[in-house]
Amino acid sequence: MDAFEYAKPSSLKEALGLLGSDWDDASVFAGGTDLISLLKDDVVDTKRLVNIKGIAGLNRVHESAEGVHIGAAVTVEELISNPMIREQFPAIVDAAEGIRSPQLHNMSTVGGWLCQRPRCWYYRNGFGLLALDKDGNSLVAQGDNRYHAIFGNSGPAKFISPSSFGPVLMALNGEIRIEGPKGARNVAVGDFFVIPQKQGEREHAIAPNEIVTEVTIPAASRGMRNALYEVRPKEGLDWPITTAAVALRMRGDTVESARIVLGHVAPKPWPAEDAAKWLAGKTINEETAAKAGDAAVQGATPLSRNGYKVQLARVSVKRALLAAVRERSSAASA
Amino acid sequence: MADYHWPPANRRALIGKRTMRIDGPVKSSGRAKYSYDINRPGMLWGKMATSPYAHAKVTKIDTSAAEAMPGVKGVVTIVPEGQEVLWAGQEIVAVAADSEERAEAAADAIKIDYEPLPYLVTDADPEHAGAQYSKQLEQRVNGNPDQGFQQAEVISEGHYGVPVITHCCLEPHGQVTEWNGDDLTVWTSTQNVSGMAGEYVDGLKEQGITVAANNVHVISHYMGGGFGSKFAAETWGIACAQLSKKTGRPVKMMLERDHELMVAGARPSMHGHVKVGAKRDGTLVAWESESWGTGGPSDAGAPRFPYVFEVPNVRAKHTAIMTNIGPARAWRAPNHPQMALISNGAMEDLAAKLNMDPVDFMLKNMNLVVPERAKTYQEEFAKASELMDWKSKWHPRGKSGAGPLKRGLGVSLHTWGGRGNLSNCLVTIHPDGSVETSLGSQDLGTGTRTVIAIVTGETLGLPVEAVKVNIGDNKYPPAGASGGSTTVSGVSTSTRRAATEALNSLLAKVAPSLGVPADQLEAWDGKIQVKGNPAKSIPWKQACAKMGASSITGTGKTSNDLMSSGVGGVQMSEVEVDTETGVVKIVKHVSVQDCGLVIDVRTAESQLYGAAIMGITYALFEEKIMDQVTGRCLNPNMEFYKLASIADIGEIIPHMMTGPGYDERGTIGLGEPPVISPGAAISNAVANAIGVRVPELPLTPDRVLAALGTLEKGGVA
Repeated sequence: MDAFEYAKPSSLKEALGLLGSDWDDASVFAGGTDLISLLKDDVVDTKRLVNIKGIAGLNRVHESAEGVHIGAAVTVEELISNPMIREQFPAIVDAAEGIRSPQLHNMSTVGGWLCQRPRCWYYRNGFGLLALDKDGNSLVAQGDNRYHAIFGNSGPAKFISPSSFGPVLMALNGEIRIEGPKGARNVAVGDFFVIPQKQGEREHAIAPNEIVTEVTIPAASRGMRNALYEVRPKEGLDWPITTAAVALRMRGDTVESARIVLGHVAPKPWPAEDAAKWLAGKTINEETAAKAGDAAVQGATPLSRNGYKVQLARVSVKRALLAAVRERSSAASA
Repeated sequence: MADYHWPPANRRALIGKRTMRIDGPVKSSGRAKYSYDINRPGMLWGKMATSPYAHAKVTKIDTSAAEAMPGVKGVVTIVPEGQEVLWAGQEIVAVAADSEERAEAAADAIKIDYEPLPYLVTDADPEHAGAQYSKQLEQRVNGNPDQGFQQAEVISEGHYGVPVITHCCLEPHGQVTEWNGDDLTVWTSTQNVSGMAGEYVDGLKEQGITVAANNVHVISHYMGGGFGSKFAAETWGIACAQLSKKTGRPVKMMLERDHELMVAGARPSMHGHVKVGAKRDGTLVAWESESWGTGGPSDAGAPRFPYVFEVPNVRAKHTAIMTNIGPARAWRAPNHPQMALISNGAMEDLAAKLNMDPVDFMLKNMNLVVPERAKTYQEEFAKASELMDWKSKWHPRGKSGAGPLKRGLGVSLHTWGGRGNLSNCLVTIHPDGSVETSLGSQDLGTGTRTVIAIVTGETLGLPVEAVKVNIGDNKYPPAGASGGSTTVSGVSTSTRRAATEALNSLLAKVAPSLGVPADQLEAWDGKIQVKGNPAKSIPWKQACAKMGASSITGTGKTSNDLMSSGVGGVQMSEVEVDTETGVVKIVKHVSVQDCGLVIDVRTAESQLYGAAIMGITYALFEEKIMDQVTGRCLNPNMEFYKLASIADIGEIIPHMMTGPGYDERGTIGLGEPPVISPGAAISNAVANAIGVRVPELPLTPDRVLAALGTLEKGGVA
């Protein structure tokens, strides 16, 4: 880790002024639970840390006619101790509870969980985000890819998006608000995560001089039955091997429309659109849930050592769907 | 004269009872100082530049930029230009600076050129390794294996294996070194306090620095785990002392976590194809195995197959694969957990093929174990079965009912030696009645201090709180290194002898006041009394006041007639496997173990707990993942080098065998045996649950699902 400057601005405007046009100029710092390890491992170098936790308004959860707004600096603990979130979005609570560490609950933030960098061990061991050898061939493809992508991996990027909240927020049609020197813009969660195609590209649709300030779950998504299932070999702190987040609009016992998003299977949260379309008009039971799982993994392209993740993704979808209809929240049944 | 032999059960005030670990409060409150906690006036920090290549020639080293950096005080070259490095993470240059950050920046600024050379970091395929990387270590033939298999009515064949794992000590390796003239002081995390001075004498001599052993002061009051990986001064210890010498300042150099996982601990892997045959009644008749494994650049010794059971007809071949993964180190019961997994896995598969309960199968073959151990095993099987409720829970392999969650039971047995090492003890009784016991031993976290206090207290009729235990310093009488489960016998028998000798001196001084010869006296319940007559007694303090101005001492050595060797253990595991995801959960794990006379049942059970947790961890999660593409370890961190957490271990039931048949054997070591069986018991339980063997540990979803896939395709169960 190299020496860096530390700034704690009290306004967004001031914060934006402290960022630069290159990634190395400055890094946005909130919980720091990922950034500090990146700095210590010399994976990321920065000249300045810009702590956004002193900016008023970034740490609150509130409701409006548009929907539910979650500030980027809201911690995991603050998020899931919010009664409205607990009541309406069990999938968010499940995602948070999958993070089995009180320290991470207390320190890490929603914005951080969207912006954290991939955990790919080639990347974290200094071989670069895309981990290409000198001939441009993927180390991941040639090497040990047991935890890598089974979808969206035809290009050089074979890492997986590690975001615990990406899949569920995408299933709920969430939008991410990004502030920059030219003002604010809203990006669908599904568009915030991108698959880099060449060296130098990043996995988030954000510029070095921009800050994620808020996530909005649209009012239309309230009342969708939602659930999440993670395959977790360890009960203690660990990454899920696969995740499925589902959000269902129901009419009685029938699915009117569905959103299914897989996590930890691709360089971005991966929507299973065919499976979701297939579910429309069906009731959810063991059989239809299993078939939706089969449909969700159609077209998977596993690497040399991660074929097993196809099965885990399939089961994740099945179990998330069954959980969604089993654990009905009061809002969903209204 | 007081008798030094262990007291009978009805005359034990402390031995065999449940005593809380005496250093619990200082450790849990943070007052215990580990090597990492040592900070000396003017101390510098040391960091090292290491090889990114698994095998390379160092062609050029340029330290000029580093030396010019602010705060940098000294540089020492470990691997000179022209020499080869044999694993990634190997130390090449050490640098000392006035802050940790500056030392790290300086290490990064050292420019090293390499000529990369071919390497091998995987042992998956012994054929692929070729002659360059492999060495046949053993071909053992016993009886007539071909004839044996002809006699066999049922034959089972299978593959079993465990990968390389690391020691993962919570306190990494390292030390603080300080010179004062010709005197060198080393605060280091070590299992070998009394032997460490010699390590420094020899290591520094190779670097042209002469120091006498009597000038090397080694201190290791508290240490955060060793497990067999902390016996030597190490490259970094010698380099640290060199940096101290060069700069004239104390230097602290502890390994970073990634470096610790890459180079400072590795248990050799072992894999094997096994064929084993029995009569239809379960009588074992023949064994054939072809095994291999890697212990890094040198071989890790040959296993002895089959494990525990002396099958009459055996053919066993073992090949060592020499790899560029870094050096192997002794890991708690070297080679035994690997042998148990392979051998007891094969035995369980054979029992399944025989349609026998594996406990019945193992009991059927008790005539094939070392004769003096058979009764122990029989009693341990009975106890473990009772604690697991084996008879009512066990079902034939794969008969686990409907639904994706399958439960199963597995069993394993093991053996170990555990004879005490040579230790010397000094017990001092002061005129004010205070007592101290001193040995150049060490407490790895196992309870050594507590055991010493118990034995001293028992011998002198005092509570443990009355005894001050001095260990972790080589100024005390030399004691053996803590390896091979040798410490408890080494320290408890020498302490017993030393305390008895001191007591006898005291009794001689006290005898006139009580008007009986000294041999009529005993120490009991805080008093010196006429044997069996508490009414005729003097309280301890008053008795000690009679010794005059000078303290009384007693010395003792490890005493063969107070200890023994050779233990057995039986473990049973109950697991639940999610057959849709391949996730394995531990429901319950029973560990039944003997170790002769148990000094402290509480810390002994603590060893069983710790071993079960360590065993569950290597059964389910641990693997040092080496990448043949880059030659590097991919998981040198606590994120992907996975350890069990408290929620992953299920219910653990420890049970120490004690009483008649055990106590009279005297003390035997316990540190290693209980960690041998968990892998085998858990692997066997998974096979029992899902109906098919998962050949390799750890039992992760990819491996479990692959095994279930072979079952679906009609593979062998």
